[in-house]
Amino acid sequence: MGKFQSVFDIIGPIMVGPSSSHTAGAVKIGRAARYLFAAEIHYVKCHLYGSFAKTYKGHGTDVALIAGILGYNTDDKRIIDALSHAHNQGIHIDFIEDDSAVSHPNTVRIEVMNATDHLELVGQSIGGGKVEIVELNGFNLNLSGNHPAILVMHNDRFGAIASVTEILARYEINIGRMEVNRKDVGKEALMTIELDQNIEPEVEIALREAKHILRLAKVVD
Amino acid sequence: MFRTVKELIELAELKDTSIAEIMIEREMTLYELSYDDVFNRMQAQLVVMEEAIESGLDGVRSVTGLTGGDAVKLNAYLTEHEPLSGPILLDAVSKAVATNEVNAAMGKVCATPTAGSAGCVPGVLFAVKDRLKASREDMVKFLFTTGAFGLVVANNAFISGAQGGCQAEVGSASAMAAAAVVEMAGGTPEQSAHAFSITLKNMLGLICDPVAGLVEVPCVKRNALGASQAIVSADMALAGVESVIPTDEVISAMYRVGQRMPVAFKETAEGGLAATPTGKRLAREIFSNQTTK
Repeated sequence: MGKFQSVFDIIGPIMVGPSSSHTAGAVKIGRAARYLFAAEIHYVKCHLYGSFAKTYKGHGTDVALIAGILGYNTDDKRIIDALSHAHNQGIHIDFIEDDSAVSHPNTVRIEVMNATDHLELVGQSIGGGKVEIVELNGFNLNLSGNHPAILVMHNDRFGAIASVTEILARYEINIGRMEVNRKDVGKEALMTIELDQNIEPEVEIALREAKHILRLAKVVD
Repeated sequence: MFRTVKELIELAELKDTSIAEIMIEREMTLYELSYDDVFNRMQAQLVVMEEAIESGLDGVRSVTGLTGGDAVKLNAYLTEHEPLSGPILLDAVSKAVATNEVNAAMGKVCATPTAGSAGCVPGVLFAVKDRLKASREDMVKFLFTTGAFGLVVANNAFISGAQGGCQAEVGSASAMAAAAVVEMAGGTPEQSAHAFSITLKNMLGLICDPVAGLVEVPCVKRNALGASQAIVSADMALAGVESVIPTDEVISAMYRVGQRMPVAFKETAEGGLAATPTGKRLAREIFSNQTTK
């Protein structure tokens, strides 16, 4: 199966210009960071690589990433003024041009944080506004983006995976694909679960309260 | 399901239907949607394209002032003169320019397949629709046909300038448009594929070299010329002219050319027109204005 599945990956998205990869794609990566962090953001640091680093000012990649951090959609007229909106909300922002070699020319590493929490993700804008999140808090991610998914950060303990799958089974939610990664034995781990449907809020609450679960994020679309 | 243009054409012939219908059916199956759901969503994309054209024809200007206003000039010329290239061709040019001028001004567009190449498909569609007596439904189907070809390119090559140069963007967009014009004009799926190939073959090697990294120079005018060659290629295919190299091989040639293309020519603003004395001067002026703002 190719990376592009829907006809609307090609004829779409509807967006504010000027670049689908450098503007619309950047908005989507920023949104992913916002929703994965799921807490108030005080500081954002964006490391830009490849074409992103070379042309971000011209393409509005900087405003687009921050627009995503603020939760705007790709067709939101406020994108153009996102930096000042973020400033007004007290969010501190840094952009860093990095000339390290990366596997894709349009790559950004976003760090979002507040006084107590920190999240780091790597996103790639692969063309026509389609994006992939390839790394989350140091874990390699392999999300097709073709199905809803949940990402569960947990402690590598007996029963952590079983407690999650048991809840999904109880609510009759089918798992399409599942992957588990960990940093080391007994340390922080990540479950990536692709589902056939979006989960209801009550399922989400049940999952958050399950044993050894640290953090949960939903990826819709 | 289809992964290549060959499979797409075979499916359309086997089911004795259009490429647009094959695309709609695939979308319905994949996402468990009704025909109306899929169709209406595409209709919404069409509305955005139409609004972008109208706004560009009213006159827009980008923040830098590098682009804007050419769609207005072209439209005035069209109404006052008989264009040498014919009214349909120049109408496509004017509407492609209108769309990309709106895009450059951070207005709302529909990426087809990208924002930098957003002018080709709507420019062509809105220029040929009256001549081909297309209904609104036909126009929506035109977009599904372009999408079917675009999906094959996106999965077997690339559609972004950063990965494959402009051949992947305006090259793909104008080839997609050519294929859809053939279908709208009553040509066979096979002829659509030939029109696609004829177009993309002419775009092989085209680099992505935006001045100052902005989707303005030369992007807006490349969409204009991309739209015009889409219509010429469609006429060639409808006349029975065939591409000697099969479509899927043309797509993989585009992929290999893109892979070997130096990074300076892949949306880094380090080569081609971006690296000319004027290109570099404009970049300096634009960014010094931005930092003092």
